[in-house]
Amino acid sequence: MKFGTQIFALSLFTFAALAAAGFGADQPFRQHMWVLFFVLLGFVAILIRNTNFQVAAPIDPSAYMDGPIRYGTIATMFWGVVGMLVGVVIALQLAYPDLNIQPWFNFGRLRPLHTSGVVFAFGGNALLCTSLYVVQRTCRARLFGGDLAWFVFWGYQLFIVMAATGYLLGITESREYAEPEWYVDIWLTIVWVAYLILFLGTILKRKEPHIYVANWFYLSFIITVAMLHVVNNLSMPVSFLGSKSYSAFSGVQDALIQWWYGHNAVGFFLTAGFLGMMYYFVPKQANRPVYSYRLSIIHFWALIFLYIWAGPHHLHYTALPDWAQTLGMVFSIMLWMPSWGGMINGLMTLSGAWDKLRTDPIIRMMVMAIAFYGMSTFEGPMMSIKTVNSLSHYTDWTIGHVHSGALGWVGMISFGAIYYMAPKLWNRQRLYSLRLVTWHFWLATLGIVVYAAVMWVSGIMQGLMWREYDEQGFLVYSFAETVAAMHPYYVMRAIGGAMYLSGALIMAWNITMTILGYQREEEPMPGSVPALQPAE
Amino acid sequence: MDYNLMREFADSWGLVGMALFFVGAIVFALRPGSRKLADEAARIPLEDD
Repeated sequence: MKFGTQIFALSLFTFAALAAAGFGADQPFRQHMWVLFFVLLGFVAILIRNTNFQVAAPIDPSAYMDGPIRYGTIATMFWGVVGMLVGVVIALQLAYPDLNIQPWFNFGRLRPLHTSGVVFAFGGNALLCTSLYVVQRTCRARLFGGDLAWFVFWGYQLFIVMAATGYLLGITESREYAEPEWYVDIWLTIVWVAYLILFLGTILKRKEPHIYVANWFYLSFIITVAMLHVVNNLSMPVSFLGSKSYSAFSGVQDALIQWWYGHNAVGFFLTAGFLGMMYYFVPKQANRPVYSYRLSIIHFWALIFLYIWAGPHHLHYTALPDWAQTLGMVFSIMLWMPSWGGMINGLMTLSGAWDKLRTDPIIRMMVMAIAFYGMSTFEGPMMSIKTVNSLSHYTDWTIGHVHSGALGWVGMISFGAIYYMAPKLWNRQRLYSLRLVTWHFWLATLGIVVYAAVMWVSGIMQGLMWREYDEQGFLVYSFAETVAAMHPYYVMRAIGGAMYLSGALIMAWNITMTILGYQREEEPMPGSVPALQPAE
Repeated sequence: MDYNLMREFADSWGLVGMALFFVGAIVFALRPGSRKLADEAARIPLEDD
């Protein structure tokens, strides 16, 4: 029977969720378990409707397993639009506080929904589906473990749904980028270990003797995130049927653990994983091997050895010991080398094919991603210098920096990878429209530029206003005055974000039409077809 | 195994060990004759679809 075990096991979990909804120790937990109950119930219903008793067709072990990757591509698009939409909403909430709808949709609950939505739901699904795409094609092996890939995909979506609904219900650990409570953390740990087994198993059964460098980056991302997640979320629940837990660490140790996690979420989730994407999809789209393979190896080891130490730069001028602050700063500055080595390696892959920038909007997107990787990894170490940090920290400058990395690097390289993958995954000759990719490219790029520039101005103004003393040693501005001064920039920031979101909506349309098998009739990109010469 | 012991190990042998591993990895990547193998490895993604 198709899905027999799955239906049985899921029914048990559905019942357990119902029991937890009844016996829960606190109201948010009971509400959360009702959400879980209905999600699982819906899933069981879908499985029962799709089951049959025929003998399943044998699986061709030499063919690649692309089903979960197709689902992952759609999930990436869906969560990307949701996460960016929530971003625009909270940007508007900051500009117009009346938009805070109590209690579920106030800024405090929507902000983690935005960060988790774009980092873990959009970025996580992009990493999940591209890593499974790349590992099969560079190892020339089908995914390991049969239906394990389906478990990882659906298990990860369940994590996202539980995390997101938990935030809206007010359930939070208040740990940056790790807000879900203990029971959701345990579920993510199970899914993540399954992901590691799936990825590592596929590498172990590879037919290609060499492990291509993209897989090294993906693997380091999976292993490091497992380690970070487990240590950062060590906590003691108040009740095994309750939503509250307390961290195993306290005081400055807890702060350091949180930023050791937080910064390496940036370093290994948002950098190493997406570098794996860069090292596969840029050579594929350009149809040229990476500029220097040996540089990519050095890039890998340098990034791995340096990144993990950079976290303390989030705790400058706090109770963290001075030596630890300096350590974090020094390692952050050393990160300039691998970052720029990697950027040069990515960009130089196009050497001899720069004309593609004019004719291929997907390459253009990837190049813009690498350029933003270079820019934001230049800005980051600079901001980690203590004297710079004393101006930039706690201001909007940090928000601008994060978004130039997230929108510019992470977003653009993921868009490029999906534009590359979608026609291949659904056996389409080409995308629905390349012109729409150009529209997406310009909307996204201009959106980032507006966003980042506005946040620089706003952040530096904010920092300077905070430290402005008069001749008698009194602070010149009250905090509320700095907030009022930022209003115009907050409005402009929302406009920049809305531009980026509209680009993503165009992409969602383009990918949907590609999946449905349509091709838009349009003029080819200028320069992509040789100009006709008049007959002699 | 108290904090001081672990810390002393981390900033002496641990540090030396990691630094040597890092230098070793770079030397290995740049060893004579690695260019040809690296060029072959770089073509892996291009040979399959």
